[in-house]
Amino acid sequence: MENLLQQLLNGITWGSIYALIALGYTMVYGVLKLINFAHGEVYMVGAMTGYYAAHALGVASTPSLGALLLVLLVSMLACGLLGALIERVAYRPLRGAGRLAPLITAIGVSLLLQNAGQLVFGADPKFFPALLRSEELVRVGGIAVSNIQVAVLATAIALMAALQYVVRRTRFGRAMRAVSYDAPAAALMGVPVDRVILGTFVLGSMLAAAAGILVGLSNPKIDPLMGLMPGLKAFVAAVLGGIGSVPGAMVGGLLLGVIETLVTGYLSSTYRDAIAFVILVLILLVRPTGLFGAPQTEKV
Amino acid sequence: MRARPLVAAGGVIACLIAIEVVAPRVLNPYYVTILSRIGIAVIAAVSLQLVNGFTGQFSIGHAGFMAIGAYASAALSVFAGAALLESVSQVVPLALARIVYFPLVLVFGGLVAAVSGIVVAVPALRLRGDYLAIATLGAGEIIRIAILNIDAVGGARGFSLASSAHPAIDLRFESLAGVFGVAFVTIAVLARLVYAGGGLAFRAVREDETAAESIGVATTRVKVEAFLVASFFAGVAGALFAHSEGYIHTNSFGFVRSFELVAFVVLGGLGSITGAILAAATLTALPEVLRGLGEWRMVLYSLLLIATMILRPQGLLGQRELWPISRLGRGAK
Repeated sequence: MENLLQQLLNGITWGSIYALIALGYTMVYGVLKLINFAHGEVYMVGAMTGYYAAHALGVASTPSLGALLLVLLVSMLACGLLGALIERVAYRPLRGAGRLAPLITAIGVSLLLQNAGQLVFGADPKFFPALLRSEELVRVGGIAVSNIQVAVLATAIALMAALQYVVRRTRFGRAMRAVSYDAPAAALMGVPVDRVILGTFVLGSMLAAAAGILVGLSNPKIDPLMGLMPGLKAFVAAVLGGIGSVPGAMVGGLLLGVIETLVTGYLSSTYRDAIAFVILVLILLVRPTGLFGAPQTEKV
Repeated sequence: MRARPLVAAGGVIACLIAIEVVAPRVLNPYYVTILSRIGIAVIAAVSLQLVNGFTGQFSIGHAGFMAIGAYASAALSVFAGAALLESVSQVVPLALARIVYFPLVLVFGGLVAAVSGIVVAVPALRLRGDYLAIATLGAGEIIRIAILNIDAVGGARGFSLASSAHPAIDLRFESLAGVFGVAFVTIAVLARLVYAGGGLAFRAVREDETAAESIGVATTRVKVEAFLVASFFAGVAGALFAHSEGYIHTNSFGFVRSFELVAFVVLGGLGSITGAILAAATLTALPEVLRGLGEWRMVLYSLLLIATMILRPQGLLGQRELWPISRLGRGAK
């Protein structure tokens, strides 16, 4: 029982990281109907930027909450810029050119970031500086809760709450929802569609950067190819929750994290990577629009 | 008129024999390997073009079928093929036995992949558009991870043809003409399939599924057929890959490989067989041509991919075909 609760806690921590990445996929899909395969690489760049920022700012060896927040901020800003750049250079020129051409440029950008990453950062793994000194915070009935887990969860929840506020309560959020609902109609109503899409990429990339930093805290080994698998699985999480749905991505990410941790803990770790895809295929067959997606009616 | 296909076939066979004789003498083994990889990439790309380009379904898990063809054929060779070849070689010369054996291995790899293609396609084809794409991506990864967990075929160590119980029998199949011959057959079969009268059904499904159904095209059957044929040839490509490299690992068949195949098809032009051939050949050769740039080559490769796509969103050839396939295309349009 205690073991189960411990696994659940680990799963939720890991799942909140998936959720942060999944949000970027789902928001971009919402406004552009594009599967942004380069998103996993933005998460990698987020972790790498964090590594360099921590060293440059001289906080790599002085663990504190302030250091974490500072690095988080720098990395989120850098990745927000990167997201804007990717959208501007690789996707905007292909607006209206069908949906497959941007998919290929997405794959191209993903390859570019991986390979440029190996060139700039070096192909060997790096060790993310310990921005928080790992310690057991509380022990509730045999479950150890570390301060890192609390920090990861708190950051993720704060960011998701902030995102929910932006999407639900601001002008930009309303514009985003309008574009996602019907882009041509939104344009007719005076919504600057291109700017909204750009803003969506910035938001999504900032969340991916945060996920990269949080991963650096809990699994310090980072390398230029680290974005591949988590990127793909976060995408699975987005589909699980219902691609295009913001609350869906959060729930999908948490669910996937918990299921993966439980499968690793109780069944077999070799199938850890397969489970995400089995869930993917099952959900697509049973309920393709995911847990939170509205069923689509087919128009003739 | 009757004699023309025969003349063409004769010409192709003569060319292949010339390649087989000349290539190893003129080219160094490195170039021969690259050319053979190009041939394999062409087979896989052209087969994917049937599903993505002509039938308008979007599959991004094609490497999974290559993996099945590769591992099924390699397992056949390692566990049974070597013994079979050894016993046959008592009666007929080994060289002769190999000439008969290797095509059978390729067909076997293709058939197993085709069965898996049906298993994936029948449930997956209930989905459309992006959801179908995502499902094929998932199916491809499940196949890869499942193979990774089968210890009999090496699991994470990879699977070597040298691990057979009969090390004296060389199970590798290094023949440039063989690869090109199979590529030629693949191209010919697929070109006939899509540009002969019945091939209109594929394009009808691509253009408008509802309209196609309303005029009596059995859309589900057409889509399953496209998947079946495509996965068969993907399996053949995988079997060729396994037997020419002599060692396979599931890493060669991950989603990165699937994406690469999709890039061939889209960059070449969706709905163009010659486009897929051109793109597959160019993009396979490009990293080797750029080798002089050292670490920068893959960066430049991805930049070129992005730039080409932005400059020509419809792909290199769009839906056009080059000679000689354009002659078939014109008749059917």
